[in-house]
Amino acid sequence: MKIIVLVKHVPDAQFDRHLNGEGYTTDRSESILSELDEYALEAALQLAEARGGSKAGNQVIALSMGPSGAVNAVKKSLQMGATEGVHLTDDALAGSDAAATSLAIAAAIRHLGADAPVDLVLTGMASTDGETSLVPAQLAERLGLPQVTFASSLEVDGGRLTARRDADTYSETVEAPLPAVVSVTDQINEPRYPNFKGIIAAKRKTITTLSLSDIGVDPAQVGHAGSWTRVTSAEERPPRTAGTIITDEGDAGIKLVDFLAAQKLL
Amino acid sequence: MANVLVFIDNPGDALKKSNLELLTLGRSLGETAVALNGELHDGVAATLAEYGAGKILRPSAQDLDDYLVAPKAAYLAAAAAETGAGTVLLDNSPEGKEIAARLGVRLNAGVITDVVAVDADGTAHKSVLAGSYNTAAKATTAVSVLTVKANNVTPEPSAVPSAPETVIVEVPADSTAAAARVTERRQKVASGRPDLTDARIVVAGGRGLDGDFGPVEQLADALGAAVGASRAATDAGWISHDAQVGQTGKTVSPQLYISAGISGAIQQKAGMQTAKVIVAVNKDAESPVFEIADFGIIGDLFDVLPQATEEIKRRKG
Ligand SMILES: Cc1cc2nc3c(=O)[nH]c(=O)nc-3n(C[C@H](O)[C@H](O)[C@H](O)COP(=O)(O)OP(=O)(O)OC[C@H]3O[C@@H](n4cnc5c(N)ncnc54)[C@H](O)[C@@H]3O)c2cc1C
Repeated sequence: MKIIVLVKHVPDAQFDRHLNGEGYTTDRSESILSELDEYALEAALQLAEARGGSKAGNQVIALSMGPSGAVNAVKKSLQMGATEGVHLTDDALAGSDAAATSLAIAAAIRHLGADAPVDLVLTGMASTDGETSLVPAQLAERLGLPQVTFASSLEVDGGRLTARRDADTYSETVEAPLPAVVSVTDQINEPRYPNFKGIIAAKRKTITTLSLSDIGVDPAQVGHAGSWTRVTSAEERPPRTAGTIITDEGDAGIKLVDFLAAQKLL
Repeated sequence: MANVLVFIDNPGDALKKSNLELLTLGRSLGETAVALNGELHDGVAATLAEYGAGKILRPSAQDLDDYLVAPKAAYLAAAAAETGAGTVLLDNSPEGKEIAARLGVRLNAGVITDVVAVDADGTAHKSVLAGSYNTAAKATTAVSVLTVKANNVTPEPSAVPSAPETVIVEVPADSTAAAARVTERRQKVASGRPDLTDARIVVAGGRGLDGDFGPVEQLADALGAAVGASRAATDAGWISHDAQVGQTGKTVSPQLYISAGISGAIQQKAGMQTAKVIVAVNKDAESPVFEIADFGIIGDLFDVLPQATEEIKRRKG
């Protein structure tokens, strides 16, 4: 199987995150591999391992689009067990919205499928910075592939995949032919940690760098220029400040109700 | 005036409040048409007229629900072309966002999600980075596709009711070819409590409940609130995953969020820190949730919650 996993280098949510510059793009210092992409990578590794791993010709390609630092998301993926890495990077990509991002990634996937077809594209359920969940669906539309989003289980048998999805009022099982684009939730598995062997092995794996000209995308179609939405203003919300803190002396439940009454919330 | 298309998916017998919100918002932006999927009951048709819908579009195919989003996006793209819509409004559910995503590609239209308000010029307002910024954004394309969060518009019938005509829109025949098919769908049992995403009050419990959601549920019922949970509680199987609030669960913005036995990890805060008022009950004074609580109680939730529940019942008589 040839599986491409999209891995994004995102600002670590443990720190304050900021929007900068003319297009109010996210400040990417203190970035890490998006935690939600680790679930997609783990799902890919399990599918490959169940089929005999890389020795049996199974490929798990970690693909990241982003500035120079984004290569770290690819490196971490290789340490976890991806067989090869691809870093799509070009100054013209800066400020791409979901539409421009999906256009560039679709072109990269076509490029990577030129020698041998791609069976599956796996992604996390959302990026932890943009949080829109738009890219997997847009990618599927651009590539003309079936899309299964928010999969909480995933099985592949022959040329078909079966997945389970949970919504508020129902849960469902879905089926699609391969190739397909699948996004997975954090319920699907427990991502592994890179071990010492993995870290050493990763040093010998290749990371291919691709630019827009390699994948045949005109710079005007991506970045700020090619985006179909523009952020026109951004205002930081004042951080929440702590209010009254009391210690229970046997009547905190009553005091809680007094507080709710004073706030007209009863 | 600009043409606006509102997507309403399977309304059943009556429109939901969130549907009415979209219709009201749509009317403030232009002439509205409704693209409906599913049956059109008389009651729904009457409400659409009351809300001033100029046209009702229905798909030529009946089996859109048997596939994941792709044919719905194809139908909506055809409906947008039919009505010459400059703005398409959808609800902000995961499915709404995905239909919007594919529709955006089909129409070469910018997509903005999580919208809470739209100005007359099409500028959309939303909050990003887990509620730390409020931003305004605009599509640079001829058509814009917006998914709108519930509870941000007050539904209002039109001053001039309409008499909408119904039009059938041809769903492109190839739209199901590359779509995932639903092979089984099981309904979940309804809890009878308000829906978590639009509840006015949410009472949420975490690992501190130690397997017993009773105190949280009883307080929630006394307040007419929805029940939420941390991931630790849903992972432990104490409550269904649907109740999870946070980065990988639901984002809620209620008037009041009561957090009980939850430490307040960053991923939990991401889902609740835009609540108007936050109350926290936790044994550990060092819990990060106290940094954002308007009213914090350092104490045992098994004492505090039942006492508060009794007191509320007593006061409500
Ligand atoms: C990728 C990823 C996504 C995640 N997404 C989410 C998400 O969407 N939502 C989410 O909630 N978490 C999420 N998490 C998990 C998050 O990091 C925390 O682990 C989780 O929120 C902890 O839940 P908790 O506060 O209930 O448990 P704990 O952190 O164990 O806290 C329990 C709290 O209960 C208190 N307590 C114990 N007993 C009592 C008592 N009797 N009375 C009062 N207080 C008591 C303790 O003092 C403690 O503060 C995610 C993590 C990752 C890695």
